[in-house]
Amino acid sequence: MTTEANTGGPPPATSGVLLVLAHPALERSRANRAMAKAAKGLSCVTFRDLYETYPDFAVDIEAEQASLVAHDVIALQFPLYWYSTPALMKEWLDLVWLHGFAYGHDGVALKGKRLFVACTTGASAKAYHAQGYNRFSMDDFLRPLEQTAHLCGMTWETPFVVHGAAVKDDDALKAEAERYKARVASLLPAQQEV
Amino acid sequence: MQSFLTQTLVYLGAAVISVPIAKRLGLGSVLGYLIAGVLIGPYALSLVGAQADVMKFAEFGVVILLFLIGLEVRPSALWEMRKAIFGFGGAQVAGTSVAIAGVSMLLGLPWQTALAVGLVLAMSSTAIVLQTLDEKGLRQGPVGRAAFGILLLQDLAVIPMFALLPLLATVAPTTAASAEAHGASLVAHLPIWAQGLSVLAAVAAVVGGGRYLVRPLFRFIAESRLREIFTAAALLIVVGVASLMQTVGLSPALGAFLAGVVLAESEFRRELETDIEPFRGLLLGLFFITVGAGVDLPLIATQPLTLIGLVLGLMSLKFLVMLGLARLFGAPLRGAAAVATALAQGGEFAFVLLTFTVGAGVIGATLAALLTAAVAVSMALTPLAMILYERIAAAVDAAIPDVAPDTGAFDDSEPDIIIAGFGRFGQITGRLLTANGFRSTVLDSDIEQIDLLRRFGRRVHYGDATRMDLLRAAGIARARMLIVALDDREKTVELVETAREAFPDLVILARAWDRRHAYDLLAHGADAVERETFESALALGATALQKLGFRAHRAHRAASFFRRHDRRSFEELRPVWGQEEAYILASRDASKTMEKLLAADLARMRPGDGGGAWDTASLEQELRERAEREGAE
Repeated sequence: MTTEANTGGPPPATSGVLLVLAHPALERSRANRAMAKAAKGLSCVTFRDLYETYPDFAVDIEAEQASLVAHDVIALQFPLYWYSTPALMKEWLDLVWLHGFAYGHDGVALKGKRLFVACTTGASAKAYHAQGYNRFSMDDFLRPLEQTAHLCGMTWETPFVVHGAAVKDDDALKAEAERYKARVASLLPAQQEV
Repeated sequence: MQSFLTQTLVYLGAAVISVPIAKRLGLGSVLGYLIAGVLIGPYALSLVGAQADVMKFAEFGVVILLFLIGLEVRPSALWEMRKAIFGFGGAQVAGTSVAIAGVSMLLGLPWQTALAVGLVLAMSSTAIVLQTLDEKGLRQGPVGRAAFGILLLQDLAVIPMFALLPLLATVAPTTAASAEAHGASLVAHLPIWAQGLSVLAAVAAVVGGGRYLVRPLFRFIAESRLREIFTAAALLIVVGVASLMQTVGLSPALGAFLAGVVLAESEFRRELETDIEPFRGLLLGLFFITVGAGVDLPLIATQPLTLIGLVLGLMSLKFLVMLGLARLFGAPLRGAAAVATALAQGGEFAFVLLTFTVGAGVIGATLAALLTAAVAVSMALTPLAMILYERIAAAVDAAIPDVAPDTGAFDDSEPDIIIAGFGRFGQITGRLLTANGFRSTVLDSDIEQIDLLRRFGRRVHYGDATRMDLLRAAGIARARMLIVALDDREKTVELVETAREAFPDLVILARAWDRRHAYDLLAHGADAVERETFESALALGATALQKLGFRAHRAHRAASFFRRHDRRSFEELRPVWGQEEAYILASRDASKTMEKLLAADLARMRPGDGGGAWDTASLEQELRERAEREGAE
C-alpha cells in the first residue's frame, strides 16, 4: 500500500466514496438503515458494512487498506455509542489505519484524501451543549476522529449528524436520509452523481 | 546334532542371563553377548556345536543393521559424507594396511603375505563398532559419522580385495577353497567386463526397484492392513537384496545399505524401521555370541604370549594410524581418540578373507588360525577398550575444553508436534499449525491419504499411530505436543492413555467422538479435547441463521452464546462423569438449563424484547418522554 502511495509517478487511479458503516444491530436501526439505503444508491459510493463483513471481528487488513487507497473520500457512518464509534469500527481503525500506512514517516497512503463522518444520536441536539445534559458539543465528541484525519494528512469534512434518531418519525427520517444522500453526493464532482 | 529347540534354548538363555548382567556391570550389551558366546562355546561349556552355520545366519544381522542405517541416510546426506567415506575411509584402509604390512615384514613375513595380512586386518567390525557407539550414544554424532564412513568404505574395499588377494599367492592356490570362499557368486566364471556389468545391473535393480516397485508393493500391502505381512515384506526386501548382491559378488550388507538409502525418503521409512528393528537386535546378538563362541581358547592357552602380543599390537597399531589420520582430517583430539578406539579391532570380514587367502595360497593355515583368534579376541576387547577410553576421557575432561558436542543427527530436525491421524480432522488442525510455523510429523495408516500429502511435500509416515515404538521413532520423546486425531474411538483412548503414562509432561490434545468420549479422554490424561462435530455443526447453524435472515454478526453472536453455554455445561458435568446415574440425572438437568439459557439469549437478541444487546427500547422510551416534556415547555 505504502509503496503505491510513495511512487513518484502519477497517483494511482482513485475515485468515489468509500462508505464504511458500523452498526451491530442494523436490523433494529431505523435511522442508519434508511441513511445507508439512500447513500448506497449513489454510483460513486462503495458500501462496506463492517458488522456484516466481519461478524467475528477478524478484519481483513490488506483488503481494507486496498479499499482505502482506492477511494478519494472515506465516509464513516455509525450510531454514537458512549460518545464514540461502535466497537468494530474502533477495531477496524486500530487494525487497518496502521503506522506506516495511514500515518508516520512512511504512512502517506491516505494523504490528501477526505474524511467524512456521519453519525446518529439518540438524544436531541439540545443535549449536546455546554448547558445540555451531555455537556459537550458534537464537535467535541468527534475530536478523536478529526485528529485522526489530521494526523493522516486528510481533509476533515463537516460531519453529518442526525440527532434524536430514536424519536423521529418515519417521514422525518426519510427527509434526513435524502439530505444525507445529497451531502454524500456533494463530496464529489457533480458529474459523478446519479 | 542338537535339536533346533535345544539350540535356540541355549542361545536365548545365554543372552537373557548374561546381557543384563553385563549391562548392570557397565560392560555393555556387546560384551555380554560375547561372554555368553565364550561360555556356551565349544571350548568352554560346549553347549553348542559347530558355529559356521549359525554364524552365517547371524551375519544377516549385520545386513539388517546396514539396511536400517541406510534408512536413516538420505541420499543427500550420503553425498555430504563423500569426503568422510572416500577420503577418510580410503586413507584408513590404505594407511592401516601399509602399517600392518610393514610391521609384519619386520617380523619376517614375505612382502606378499605381509600385504595380505595388512589388508585383511585393516577391516573393522561394522556390527561391533556401530552397536558399541549406539550404546554410548555416539553413533548419531560426528564420531559416529566418521566411523560409519570408514566402515562403509571397508565394505566397498572388500570387493577389489577378493580380486587382488589371489595375486599375492606365494604357493599354488587350492582352487576349491578359492571358489568356495568366493561364496555363492554365480557370475564368478564370467569375464571381468561381464562381472562389472552384472554388478551395475544389480545396483540399478536395487535403486530402480526401490524407487518404482517397492513403494507400490508396500502401498498394496498397507491397504490390506495386515501388520505381519508388512513385516514379512520388509524382511523379504532385505533378504532379496542381500541374495541379489551375493549373486553378483557384492557385499550383501552393502546392498542392504543401498536399499535402505533408496527407501530413506519413502513414507514407509518409520514403519520399516520399527518392524525390522527387533530382528536386527536379536540377529546381531546371535552374531556376537557366535563370535564369542569362536574364540579359540585352546589356541590361546598354548600360545598365550604370541596371541596377547598380536592382539595388543593389532589394536594399538590400528588405533595409532586411525588417531593420526583423524587428527589430519581435522577432528578434535577426543573425537579422534573415540573413532580410533572404536575401529581398533579386526572385523568379521577378516574371518571370510582369511579363509579365502588360505585357499588362495597367500597366508599359511597356521598363521590364519592365529590371526582369526586374534581378530575374535580384539572384537571381544572393543567394548572394554571403549570403556577404557571413556574413563580416560572423563579423567582429562577438564583439561580439554574444546570438546565437540555429540549432537546433530542424520535425521531431520525434531518436530514440535506429532499428529496421529491425518484424515479429515487432523488435516485441518495440522494445516493451521504448519501455517503458523510449527513443524509437525504426521502418522497415518491410510495410504491414499499419505500419497496425497507427500505430493505436497509434507512429512508423513505410514503406520499405526497407537504403536508407541512408532511414535518414539517419529520423535515423540522430544516433541512438545501430541495431537490425536484418529477416527477410531477406542484407539484414541488407548493412545492418550499410553502416551500419558510414558510422557507425563507431554501436552496431549485429542479429537473426541462425542461428549462421553470427551470425558473419557480427559479421564485418561488428555489435556484438552474437542468434540469432532461440535464446531462445524455450530458454524452450519450460524450459516442457517444467516440464511434465515439474521445479520451475520447476530448469527455469529448466537452461535457464540450457544458455544459458551455448551462448554459451561460440559465443565459442570465433568465432575460427575463416571457415575453413570448421576450423569444421566445431571445431563437431563443440564439440557433443561441450557434450553432455558438459550431461550433467554435468543429472547434478548430479538428486537423489541427488553434488556438485550444493543436494545435501545428503554432508552428510546426515556428519550421520547424527554422530548415530549421539552415540547410542552
